[in-house]
Amino acid sequence: MNKQPGTKGLIFNEPQLWEKSREGRCAVSIPKTQVKRTLLDPSLTGDAPELPQLYELDVVRHYTRLSQWNFGVDSGMYPLGSCTMKYNPKTNEVQAARQGFASAHPLAGEEFSQGALKLMYDLEQALGEITGFPAVTLQPAAGAHGELAGILMFHAYHEKKGKQRSKIIIPDTAHGTNPASASLCGYASVSVKSGEKGILEPEAVAAIMDEDTAGIMITNPNTLGLFEENIKEICEIVHAKGGLVYGDGANMNAIMGIVKPGDLGIDVLHLNLHKTFSTPHGGGGPGCGTVSVVKELIPFLPVPRIEKNRTGKQLDTYKFVTDCPDTIGRMHTFYGHFGVMVRAWAYILSMGPKGLKDASTLAVLNANYIKESLKGTLNLPYDRPCMHECVFNDKFQQEHHITTMDMAKRLLDYGFHPPTVYFPLVVDAAFMVEPTETESKENIDQFIDAVKAIAAEARENPELLKKAPLLTKVTRLDEVAAARKPCLRG
Amino acid sequence: MRYLPHTQEDIDQMLAKTGHASLDDLFETIPDALKTKGPLNIPEALSEWDLDAYMEALASANIACKNYKCFIGAGSYDHFIPSIVPYLISRSEFATAYTPYQPEVSQGTLQGIYEFQTMITELLGMDIATASHYDCGTALAECALIALRKNKNANKIAVSSLVHPSHRQIIKTYITPSGYEMVEIPRTSAGLTDTAALEAMDGIAGVAIQSPNFLGNIEDLGAVKAIAEAKNILFITSFTESLAYGLLKNPGSCGADLVAGEGQSLGIAKTFGGPGLGLLAGTKKLMRTLPGRLIGRTKDANGDDGYVLTLATREQHIKRGKASSNICSNNGLNAMIAAMYLATVGKIGIREIAQQNHDNAVYLKEVLGKAGFESVFDAPFFNEFVVKAPEGFSQKRADLIRSHCIFAGIDLEPYYPELKDHYLFCATEKVSKNDMDQLAKEVQ
Repeated sequence: MNKQPGTKGLIFNEPQLWEKSREGRCAVSIPKTQVKRTLLDPSLTGDAPELPQLYELDVVRHYTRLSQWNFGVDSGMYPLGSCTMKYNPKTNEVQAARQGFASAHPLAGEEFSQGALKLMYDLEQALGEITGFPAVTLQPAAGAHGELAGILMFHAYHEKKGKQRSKIIIPDTAHGTNPASASLCGYASVSVKSGEKGILEPEAVAAIMDEDTAGIMITNPNTLGLFEENIKEICEIVHAKGGLVYGDGANMNAIMGIVKPGDLGIDVLHLNLHKTFSTPHGGGGPGCGTVSVVKELIPFLPVPRIEKNRTGKQLDTYKFVTDCPDTIGRMHTFYGHFGVMVRAWAYILSMGPKGLKDASTLAVLNANYIKESLKGTLNLPYDRPCMHECVFNDKFQQEHHITTMDMAKRLLDYGFHPPTVYFPLVVDAAFMVEPTETESKENIDQFIDAVKAIAAEARENPELLKKAPLLTKVTRLDEVAAARKPCLRG
Repeated sequence: MRYLPHTQEDIDQMLAKTGHASLDDLFETIPDALKTKGPLNIPEALSEWDLDAYMEALASANIACKNYKCFIGAGSYDHFIPSIVPYLISRSEFATAYTPYQPEVSQGTLQGIYEFQTMITELLGMDIATASHYDCGTALAECALIALRKNKNANKIAVSSLVHPSHRQIIKTYITPSGYEMVEIPRTSAGLTDTAALEAMDGIAGVAIQSPNFLGNIEDLGAVKAIAEAKNILFITSFTESLAYGLLKNPGSCGADLVAGEGQSLGIAKTFGGPGLGLLAGTKKLMRTLPGRLIGRTKDANGDDGYVLTLATREQHIKRGKASSNICSNNGLNAMIAAMYLATVGKIGIREIAQQNHDNAVYLKEVLGKAGFESVFDAPFFNEFVVKAPEGFSQKRADLIRSHCIFAGIDLEPYYPELKDHYLFCATEKVSKNDMDQLAKEVQ
């Protein structure tokens, strides 16, 4: 076996900021004020907030040490299913940091913001082409925010038709954000079970689709990593009853250039630019959840929209449009996460049409390679050709009383971020691996070796796995105590 | 392509393992009729140097040139960003990590955000701050929903007409499908929320006031609290300029139940309006109704201190349709920036920077007054204020941008049609006396 990446090494303890604080220190040089000091009425002012008092090196060391306790894509392979933790190109950061973008004020006026507007317009066009829809909004700030925008459009559409509906169909494989977004619009979620093959069966949808159901939310490829082969038929069933089809595009990384969701009968689709389009996840965001729609839903898109004025021989100009009577309204204070859009556009321009298709193809190759390589080692509940991810569980390890969680924790010691665990819910103790296209065969082989070694440990030395991780700064944390007696501030 | 590692040999070996004859065969489960024919119609790939040139041309088409002078705010503020903040936030262990679901290898994010939560509660005088939201507007809409769900016999939320216009629109977007309604509280001629009008309102679940308000004026939060208490409704405050609370009495001490704020001023570049940082804080009583992630302190199996995501039973991945919100990704990296900024400026710096914002704004208002701009409101303000411009200013303003890269105020007419020729000016610690004198001279 090749040497595994995980090893011991010196890291540093670092207290909370305020423990380092000393009265009178300050890490910013403040210019002398050039104008008269004017005090507000004392009834309006309070004491200065008790922030820590540090000098510059304190701050630098604090965050450098904290960062060393983290695992990122730049540290090692991060096969977190449904999260598409691909490499985040560094040129994207350079592009977003350009003065003309980073310092642009959102209310500078259209005439003085043409570069930003053109970038947004062109990105909308490209995402429309990739997803197969005529219009796109970039405004939603994250995937769940995009879902909310989409379901708000469902709501506005049915309202406009004159009869509101009360339910939405959501498959049992769906992300938790799907039913939560539906609830925000007042829709009750109706669960539909996936069939034996791990995909939706048209009959199951037909049995519950009625004229009080606003539509269906489908993730395709689904969270088992399987392509919903009956998608076209399901869309037809929903449409026949006057419903709409929402596509959760979290897993778009499997199908760029292969399938356009707009060609399948889907009406609304969100993308996560922080997954498929390589922008960094940032330890929890900021993301960008663009939404593509069919022609019939364009009037309902959030405002402002962007329009291009073709001016003949002169340069094209771009403007914001807010005069849309049927719009669901505004979703963000300004135009969404522009900085994330710049990064995604830099990625698309760097990849080109062939690059994007290759990325999806290789993501699927990597996942199938892992599936085939590990299916004797871990149980594979749905042994079918997969897309960009594959889902195992701990059935083979149960006889040694080893769980998915134990294996996930042990993977940390080997130097890998664990896969997504215990999701999707349709697989008991799921172990959901999404390698992405940016991991090389050597990295993947090393991961496969690590999982096999851990499966051997499960048989031979299960106690070791129960204690894992052993090499991390802290070991398993008491989450029950954290929730029972919440301590949310220092 | 430099991001894709596979050699032909790799591909051949891997296909042999998977049992596929070709890469195309990997997609055998997709019906042929559904497959895309031909290549995507998007631009051909650019080399990195071509991309640089292309992007610089686009960036330069925005007037955010190096020495531009920004006298506008309205929700996006031009503050000084200490160099250590962008330097530290580019540590890729922060940037390229996912949500900290595996706490053993996420203690950096977790402690950092725990410290962020702590410093935000300190800044706002509140019990609890969440791990962040998208922006102030979306955080405020979530606060409105909390109030509406809590007071079941009321289906309206009262929102000051001096709350940022975009935020009011977002609230409407969020609450309308559930059958709730937003009623706007009018403003007085003094540029403040009309509390008498609020007092007369019935059937409301909560009240939301922004201070400093959209016109820059500092509201009497204590008076609003008294009305909220008498009506037994939730008192929500918001703000777009977080540095104001380096100086002003914090919302907690004014009795706020929920606070929504914009944290962009805390070290985050304006970036054409996003990503910024939604701040959301509440009292302990409302802990279980708060949307989004919370980081808590705990112990590991060896008894060492550590941090975890906690109270997840409020959240969508556990509660699904019954969650307090659908939020999943938040603006975590920007929360980390804000924490770095607050640690850098500290107690001394935030006070002095806030005071300098105020000093500069007072000076700017004074010199604009001498240049023929009329003061409109007498209410105290922080770093933004409204003036009525002399005739012909609108044209002069556009010329100033083109000739000197000076952005002189925001026209208020599109937001408040009755405020024709009224402009909202902003002065931060970044503008010098010279800048302000020059502006006054140019607009005379």
